[in-house]
Amino acid sequence: MAEEKAPPPPAAPAAGGDAKPREAAPQKLEATDASGHPWVKSLSSGVPEAVVSAKEFARQVTVVVKREKVAEVARYLKEKEDFRYCVDVTAVDWKKREPRFDVVYHFYSFSKNDRIRVKCTAADGEEVPSITSVYLAADWSERETWDMFGIRFAGHPDLRRILTWEGFNGHPLRKDFPLEGIDTGAAIYPEEWPEGAGPGPNDPNRKVVS
Amino acid sequence: MTDETRAVEHPEVPTLFDVQEMELNFGPQHPSTHGVLRLVLKVDGEKILEVKPDVGYLHRGTEKLFETETYPMGIPHTDRMDYVAAATNNHAFCLTIEKLLGVEVPRRAQLIRVILDELQRLSSHLVWLGTSGLDLGAVTPFWYAFREREQILDFFEEYCGARLTLNCMRIGGLPFDLTPGWVERVAEFVDDLPARIDEYEQLLTDNRIWKKRTVGIGVISGEECIERGLTGPLLRASGVEWDLRRAQPYECYDELDFAIPTRVNGDTYDRYIVRVQEMRQSARILRQCIERIEPGDIRGKVPRVIKPPAEEVYASVESPKGELGFYCVSNGTNRPYRMHCRPPSFINLQALPRLAKGHLLSDLVALIGTVDIVLGEVDR
Repeated sequence: MAEEKAPPPPAAPAAGGDAKPREAAPQKLEATDASGHPWVKSLSSGVPEAVVSAKEFARQVTVVVKREKVAEVARYLKEKEDFRYCVDVTAVDWKKREPRFDVVYHFYSFSKNDRIRVKCTAADGEEVPSITSVYLAADWSERETWDMFGIRFAGHPDLRRILTWEGFNGHPLRKDFPLEGIDTGAAIYPEEWPEGAGPGPNDPNRKVVS
Repeated sequence: MTDETRAVEHPEVPTLFDVQEMELNFGPQHPSTHGVLRLVLKVDGEKILEVKPDVGYLHRGTEKLFETETYPMGIPHTDRMDYVAAATNNHAFCLTIEKLLGVEVPRRAQLIRVILDELQRLSSHLVWLGTSGLDLGAVTPFWYAFREREQILDFFEEYCGARLTLNCMRIGGLPFDLTPGWVERVAEFVDDLPARIDEYEQLLTDNRIWKKRTVGIGVISGEECIERGLTGPLLRASGVEWDLRRAQPYECYDELDFAIPTRVNGDTYDRYIVRVQEMRQSARILRQCIERIEPGDIRGKVPRVIKPPAEEVYASVESPKGELGFYCVSNGTNRPYRMHCRPPSFINLQALPRLAKGHLLSDLVALIGTVDIVLGEVDR
């Protein structure tokens, strides 16, 4: 499937002599340990036993924290480290890993002009503390994460589905959700599947993205 | 006690002004919702007590689709998110993967990207100006705004063959070089632009009806904007001078001279002024880019098969609507493991219930316009 569209063309041929070749082109990017970073240090002293690990990649700091401390960490970052703007809340499904999900937060600080990424892990069915009491902006993002991944946020004021509808069966961005969708009660492709039966687990039409 | 029985028992007490809550469905098929947005309103007569947005009618699983296709194949999907500003979407997507790969974009490509971005910002603001004027009964600005937008779309068409779903950027650069004479034609257009913007302003800025409908409607403070995650013109109209082009410059924005228009009142009128001023600044940026443009490569050194390291990265651009970001998680294969979009429209729409509360039903239309949502981006 990858070959349907031509990959981006290779580096442009040296038309008329490539005057200044870019120095060794793409520099190797590697993640480095960021436990010595001032924010991480401040966080680990401000919220004891919260930080699990920290790394830095492409000048972006990622802090992995314990799930039950997420709201505390968010409050600390907002009040003490001035990360006043919650950019985004989302999740990543690592199907085979235990615990299965990463919940990812991005915060931005106007005074530092920088972002921090906070992550925590959550097993299937585990609740993550909601940060809506700290950041109003997280409201819909958390609803979207619940809708798309089935991760519940404890303490969210109105945790309903947002992009699909109440009563939708399944969480579309989970890796085991079929790409073609599921039978939602309406026979969308009656010529392909009998009414009431979408692609079952053994149906070759059911394509699961790894 | 029903109103009728009370009217009989206490004929002197009027029932006309009693609170009579009513639930009202606004949309999803309503022209002033700019797409398929459904709002469940609780109203007392004309007054709005509560707004509950119901989104998702245009959900197409774009993030799921990203996971199933190679990195370059994701770019056309981004066109279809904010479909009135495809170039900035392409840009944010490519920027994220370039960050992941550590690729540098050649200077010519950077300048052309900025030109495309700013043309796109103009066209997006023109759509906004035209349609939100229409929403409030100002039909004339629409024709003026779309006159210029048409020209911009012609530029896009000449550059990449498409007018809306541009697909005009590639990871590490651009798909095509400019056609002969394109820059000159854009320069001509940009020279005319300030006079054209004056025309829109003549129609609206001091227009008494326009002011009556917009001044003091949907006031929000800068602090609250930050708290609610609002970005773009909404934030700047509330007095916060924050623009990603200045705060975290990408491409060559750091060497360009432009102002960030801000206003202090944070109402619908100020958001209108900010957007119009932004159009003037875009013209300024375009002129500078056109001056600086020089021959050169349009693609960086990108491997034929894009397999970024197994890492995660977030990058964002200032789209016409606000901060548009992509969060990409790679697992070392040629397809993203997870590609998440931070859509400005979605987050900004969150504030609509807060903005609309207490206003009249007719102001709601002005407020939907002023938030400047595109449902393709809200629902993805």
